[in-house]
Amino acid sequence: MAKTLFQKIWDAHVVAQEPDSPAVLYIDLHLVHEVTSPQAFAGLRRRGIKARRPDRTFATMDHGIPTSSRDLPIVDELVIKQIAQLEQNCLDNDIRLYGIRQNAEKQGIVHIIGPELGLTQPGMTIVCGDSHTATHGAFGALGFGIGTSEVEMVLSTQCLLQRKPRTMEVKITGALRKGVTAKDIILGIIAKYGVGAGTGYVFEYTGAAIKALTMEERMTICNMSIEGGSRAGMIAPDDTTFQYVAGREYAPKGADWEKALANWRTLPTDEGAGYDATLTLDADALEPMITYGTNPGMGVGINAPVPDPAGLADPSQRAALQKALSYMALEPGRPLLGHPVDVVFIGSCTNGRLSDLREAASLLKGRRVNEAVRVMVVPGSASVKRQAEREGLDKVFLAAGAEWREPGCSMCIAMNGDELRPGQYAVSTSNRNFEGRQGKGGRTFLASPLTAAATAIAGVVADARSLL
Amino acid sequence: MNKFTALSSRIVPLAAENVDTDQIIPARFLKVTDKAGLGDNLFADWRYNADGSPRADFILNQTPMKGRQVLLAGDNFGCGSSREHAPWALTGYGFRAVISTSFADIFRNNALKNGLLPIVVDRDTHQQLFSLVAEDPETSVSVDLATQTLRLPDGRAVNFPLDNFSKSCLLNGVDEIGYVLAMQDRIVAYEARAGA
Repeated sequence: MAKTLFQKIWDAHVVAQEPDSPAVLYIDLHLVHEVTSPQAFAGLRRRGIKARRPDRTFATMDHGIPTSSRDLPIVDELVIKQIAQLEQNCLDNDIRLYGIRQNAEKQGIVHIIGPELGLTQPGMTIVCGDSHTATHGAFGALGFGIGTSEVEMVLSTQCLLQRKPRTMEVKITGALRKGVTAKDIILGIIAKYGVGAGTGYVFEYTGAAIKALTMEERMTICNMSIEGGSRAGMIAPDDTTFQYVAGREYAPKGADWEKALANWRTLPTDEGAGYDATLTLDADALEPMITYGTNPGMGVGINAPVPDPAGLADPSQRAALQKALSYMALEPGRPLLGHPVDVVFIGSCTNGRLSDLREAASLLKGRRVNEAVRVMVVPGSASVKRQAEREGLDKVFLAAGAEWREPGCSMCIAMNGDELRPGQYAVSTSNRNFEGRQGKGGRTFLASPLTAAATAIAGVVADARSLL
Repeated sequence: MNKFTALSSRIVPLAAENVDTDQIIPARFLKVTDKAGLGDNLFADWRYNADGSPRADFILNQTPMKGRQVLLAGDNFGCGSSREHAPWALTGYGFRAVISTSFADIFRNNALKNGLLPIVVDRDTHQQLFSLVAEDPETSVSVDLATQTLRLPDGRAVNFPLDNFSKSCLLNGVDEIGYVLAMQDRIVAYEARAGA
């Protein structure tokens, strides 16, 4: 029977399926970070058990850690405690930790280091107590975020109880024009279909525009599947995928590689396999996207006006838009182009990889950021930081007047002191523009690294295409 | 886990769609290593002024709302991050059920694991509940999990969906981790079969 990519991975991981119950699904890779794991490890201690498969469990610290110099002491007592607990929990359970004191050369945002180390491989089931685990779906893996109770279950059993989701094809036709990026594809999809469209579904991104993307671009798209309501977003593995994985630290080697490759080539959705639903987007017609509101679905092309609540027939949608524009202090009917910003944030698990930094640097090279704007560049991992410095990107950013910081989640989630002040505006390459997400009272415009860099130079929201 | 069998309570109406988990519990409150005390910061940025005083215009701060165990909210409740701190904050505050037209997938799973019942109703019932509470803020509903019914003040009973497994776990306070731990033999067999 013809099967989808999702169906093949699901079927290969069912440990048990009792009637009228969720499946017991085996988890190949469990990624752990400092914020959503302490209560799970405490649960293990209460049961008097240890992690069942430490060899399939890897930890890092990213959410709460400062991105200032690692030589400076951490001052937040709560962060110090979470870091110490993760260190102790990893020690007690024989879990490999990429921390700020242990294996620090490989520390980074959890969804950046998984692929980087070759831990993320096609066909795997991958979970983490973080909703952006969808990122790993770019490799043709089933990756999704879980809560802390589920973290405890996976640590205890290497399994999860899961009800089978439905499948939704997200077909991106055509080809991206110059200055339009992977970030614009995913913001475009979410703007078109809304933040709840994927609830109950797993996305599979297909179409010519997806095939043409690099792995880092594919990760940007899969990363934000959750912003479209879907816990997981997948892309069929192909030669682009295999070339990325080959030779990485945890990738199979020699005969194991050949065996794995033969298996991975069977994963793409079969001809004739059906999806439960389909969404479409035409890449040819796509503009650089920017959000104006307080959820990632409130986005428009960069030249398009902010919509007017008066134009919405549905009263609850009208009220939601009014509330969002009030929080953002924006007038409807005008584009965001030219709107002043206080901060530009370039980083996060969405856009904190080397190619993102290269794109931003390509615009900033030989230019200066506007004096009124704080520009933070936060590499997604220690490895991204090293590679960027090898290429001299750090010097480009510093010469332009931007900050070059240590790796972490930083202002994407604003837990570590990197945050907007009340009322400030930011163009951010991260994934969420919820009220207060980047600091209490802060206002976020989500966009691509190109738009972020162009805005950094102009001091107001700007279209990067005039600089290309 | 916490059991849930039945409940009768007045309602806190929160007429907002797409309430994300950053609103339910802002990220700066996630720097904890246990689950206690999160209820104090439930909806913190909507609930408190910058100086920490309660905002009079927020629903939870209105005196008659104290002690109510049912939250009535708009579509796609709990979207955004996977933080289980969201249901911990809701239950820590005292909520035991949330009524909406839909819930985000991860939030729904997390809620069920904490004895917080996500009740999905159709748009008409949802609208009617908001209207009833607007007309009479003392409106009360009864929830019976065994029969999966939500009883409105006019006596009408509305059925809500819930899979049998989750229902049984809630009714009996089943330890799901214990349930899977007991499948040790099958997990070992899978690992042998899959070369895992």
